Amino acid sequence: MKYSLYNLVKNSFSYHENWEKAWSSPDLKPEYDVVIVGGGGHGLGTAYYLAKEFGVKNIAVLEKGWIGGGNTGRNTTIIRSNYLWDESAALYNHAVNLWEGLSSELNFNVMFSQRGLFHLAHSVHDMQEITRRGYSNYLNGIDAEILNQDQVAKKIPHINVNGRYPVLGALLQRRAGTARHDAVAWGYARAAENLGVDIIQNCEVKGIDISNGKVVGLQTTKGSVKVDKVGLVPAGHSSVLANMAGFSLPINSVPLQALVSEPVKPILDCVIMSNSVHVYVSQSDKGELVVGAGSDAYNSYSQRGSFDMIEHMMAPLVELFPIFSRLKMLRSWGGIVDVTPDRSPIIGKTPIKDLFINCGWGTGGFKATPGSAHVFAETVFRGEPNDIAAPFSLERHFSGALVDEAAAAAVAH
Amino acid sequence: MFIINCPYCGERDQTEFTCHGEAHIARPDNPSEISDEEWGKYLFFRENPKGTHFERWTHDHGCRRWFNVMRDTVTDQIIKTYKMGEAKPVISNE
Repeated sequence: MKYSLYNLVKNSFSYHENWEKAWSSPDLKPEYDVVIVGGGGHGLGTAYYLAKEFGVKNIAVLEKGWIGGGNTGRNTTIIRSNYLWDESAALYNHAVNLWEGLSSELNFNVMFSQRGLFHLAHSVHDMQEITRRGYSNYLNGIDAEILNQDQVAKKIPHINVNGRYPVLGALLQRRAGTARHDAVAWGYARAAENLGVDIIQNCEVKGIDISNGKVVGLQTTKGSVKVDKVGLVPAGHSSVLANMAGFSLPINSVPLQALVSEPVKPILDCVIMSNSVHVYVSQSDKGELVVGAGSDAYNSYSQRGSFDMIEHMMAPLVELFPIFSRLKMLRSWGGIVDVTPDRSPIIGKTPIKDLFINCGWGTGGFKATPGSAHVFAETVFRGEPNDIAAPFSLERHFSGALVDEAAAAAVAH
Repeated sequence: MFIINCPYCGERDQTEFTCHGEAHIARPDNPSEISDEEWGKYLFFRENPKGTHFERWTHDHGCRRWFNVMRDTVTDQIIKTYKMGEAKPVISNE
């Protein structure tokens, strides 16, 4: 059923009790053409684009937990594309282009809000970094404005530009913003199922069957399944799945935390990021401040970060915005993120034939969801990455052609 | 947050320490002879286990010495800390 004003009015006559389920819970079939392992935004999106753009009929998405219960529902929902290197710019801007049409494409309001993102600069070095990145963005067709201190103070009334680490300027991307993260998973799930994709929840992959160097099947908690092609899209557990297939990855899995404040009236109409003092903050439509910062430095699968990281988030926040100092923080939570050496994702082929992987998005995968899913669908369908995905191959760790965004931005994204 | 038993200083708060990733990775003896693939594996590829992990820490705000930690990455429980150069502990099946 299409979500429309007509159907809204029609369903109001039955007190909104007869809406169709957005997606069902089918049984696992014995055989599929393509199985996507991981039912987050990237995985569901991959299944959606495989069905829609490449006409693949027989697809399943296997999700260990429930749709939207993993990192897709645990992030701080920031979307931007102002990356330094050409390869990253192409990938993340492809995503922003898709974000702009996503709600109408999926017939599901993902609440994409292009409220603008300010990357703050606190030192001469920071100013040089944002200037370099801003010009790099211009050359790649990404909108960027380099602002001075007065311009920042004027646009963000509550910011303290004369704190311990004064705000000297900012890099503004007006097309950046936020989206409703749950809606992204739900929207892709519903749209994919409408195209015939089976979404199997509570189905964990326990083994990968390989014959003559080609993937042939999967062992799951709901039985075994024969497959022609498999796409692994497992944020937080990439190494675990790769080990099942007998190869390893250049990845460390670490905890990343976020937290939200009590809801307040509108006070912050943009997204703020600071690499140097290291905090990012935006205000959700419910009125909560959504705050994030860096990941813990040690490997963990516990989905729980350390307490001192919370202090590291709050200290720069109240320094930048003294007005927030009396807000209560309501909730904090952690997710596990897969971090690569160059802080760029891995998209492409694996040592196993017809087994593809899309992982290593580290601390910033949400922003890339539609772009990642779109290029990975093409990779799985054609068996080869397209021009956007090609630089992010696993092979770059042998050739040395890293896409070193960590050094570029000096921060976990 | 962990309480870490530094082999030199005893139990201290985690904020005094920094983690430096997987331990017991030996630099190849013959870097000029090995393939790009072998060198890439040495530089970048890690075990990243869901379970027992051996890792290097430094006591930055204490003795400033390096040591190894055996820790469970699911429960975050520290099983053992030991000095650099000591043998890698055996994982028991209990």
